[in-house]
Amino acid sequence: MKVRQISVFLENKSGRLLEVCRCLAKAGINIRALSIAETADYGVLRLIVDKPDQAMETLSRELFTVSETEVIAVEVPDRPGGLAEVLQPLYEANVNIEYIYCFVEKSGESALVVFRVEQIDQAIGALQRAGFSVLPGEKVYSI
Amino acid sequence: MTYFNPVEVLDREKLQELQLERLRNTVDRLYRQVPFYRKRLDEIGYRPGDIRSLEDLRRLPFTTKDDLRDNYPFGLFAVPLRDIVRIHASSGTTGKPTVVGYTAGDLRTWADLVARTIVAAGGTKEDIVHVAYGYGLFTGGLGLHYGAELLGATVLPMSGGNTKRQVRLMVDFGSTILCCTPSYALNIAEVMEEMGISKDDIKLKAGIFGAEPWSAEMRVQIEERLGLSAHDIYGLSELVGPGVSIECQEKNGLHIFEDCFIPEIIDPATGEVLPPGEKGELVLTNINKEGMSLLRYRTRDISRIIAEPCPCGRTHVRMERVTGRTDDMLIIRGVNVFPSQVEAVLMQIPGLSPHYQLVVDRVGSLDVLEVQVEVSPEIFSDEIKQLESLQQRIADEIQSYLGIGVKVRLMEPRSIQRSEGKAVRVIDKRKI
Repeated sequence: MKVRQISVFLENKSGRLLEVCRCLAKAGINIRALSIAETADYGVLRLIVDKPDQAMETLSRELFTVSETEVIAVEVPDRPGGLAEVLQPLYEANVNIEYIYCFVEKSGESALVVFRVEQIDQAIGALQRAGFSVLPGEKVYSI
Repeated sequence: MTYFNPVEVLDREKLQELQLERLRNTVDRLYRQVPFYRKRLDEIGYRPGDIRSLEDLRRLPFTTKDDLRDNYPFGLFAVPLRDIVRIHASSGTTGKPTVVGYTAGDLRTWADLVARTIVAAGGTKEDIVHVAYGYGLFTGGLGLHYGAELLGATVLPMSGGNTKRQVRLMVDFGSTILCCTPSYALNIAEVMEEMGISKDDIKLKAGIFGAEPWSAEMRVQIEERLGLSAHDIYGLSELVGPGVSIECQEKNGLHIFEDCFIPEIIDPATGEVLPPGEKGELVLTNINKEGMSLLRYRTRDISRIIAEPCPCGRTHVRMERVTGRTDDMLIIRGVNVFPSQVEAVLMQIPGLSPHYQLVVDRVGSLDVLEVQVEVSPEIFSDEIKQLESLQQRIADEIQSYLGIGVKVRLMEPRSIQRSEGKAVRVIDKRKI
């Protein structure tokens, strides 16, 4: 039920994001979802890709600083209140959310949202009990 | 114990007799041969023969780098140019380079000094000495080269740069002793790791590292990553080049070869000689050189003399490893800061790479010190708050150790320029 997310450290200089994307393109890796968190000096690019192992290898070889974290991908109803419904069980289970972002594509009538939480197993349990669909990594990579 | 030249274990009384004789000869010879020194010595009323004890040395005038520049290029040579067989010069980032000349005899003395340093670091004629100091006008490469040859070791005259090839040959030829700057040693370690070569694939047992100040923590890193025993070597081209002093197996201070150099420690502000054991600026006098000898040369290096006998058996005094230079010293909002102090703090934080740079700038009327460090995969987190707390931790430790607030900037790996000789640690934008 967990999805592998790759993070890349990027200095705040023009062309760095392009560099990462080129590097992935050359290796034939497709980006499924991404977000960037930034400070004045640097940013952290977070990626979900179709081939996480190859992506890690390629980026490390090109001397990018990369790390891997586990996140969850949840189908969220694409209508007003949809996200609130998903957040409710997490709140009740006392799960703290570090950050969330959305997928590039939708799955059917739902939007796909990535959650990075402190207590990942608790979060998955709470969401499943509330009837939400938590997507396994394999499915996410091949959307 | 093992040493190269019996003079290294000469008893101190005899050593001091030798020093006195050589000092007297040196001063008198300079008085006769070098107009610059004759003028300086006349100013203090010196007459040949006035040196009667080693204490008389402190009455003599200092020599500074400016004196070398003022007498550029050959003004301080004490023999006619036809007797000079080699010239070296320092790069001199500001102003004219400083030029030194060697007679054939000086080159033999120098090779002997360097051979002593290699033996002190554990070298023998069986070793393969990989010289990755720059060859050329810089004294590092040729200095180590001739010392290793005199010892009878096998010399690889690599010079600096082309690091991948250095690593390949290190593996293929089985180099056992590496000679280079400490920052370049780390660069080599890094390239080695990138090439997938581990320290078990190479045969290095010892390293002779110098030409720039480095911290004890950096030594630990180098020793771990290259699997060798790292020895600090000290020297400066003005005096001879590498071979003024070296760490023995005890690694507790560097033995100064006192049959060739007389050390003093002075207060850099007043020029007064400090009591034994106190820390200050190292001043050296050549007493066994023909081509060019300097009296009381102000090295700008900060050290202290350890006079206690060393368990290794060498009778020559030791100097504490140089941790800074009076002219490397940054004054940030009135606080004295040496790059090596910042380095020591950084090296204690696990996962930080040993590559760093200090950028000083003036914003309004306030000095701002930015410490740039590279983010390695070990310390990288996808959460900004973790990265920010790392920055805060580095800043806090520097604050508590040095007493100044700094801005910590996280950089991508390899974005700080790698050293192929002397590392550039400080960029001072205040002067521009």
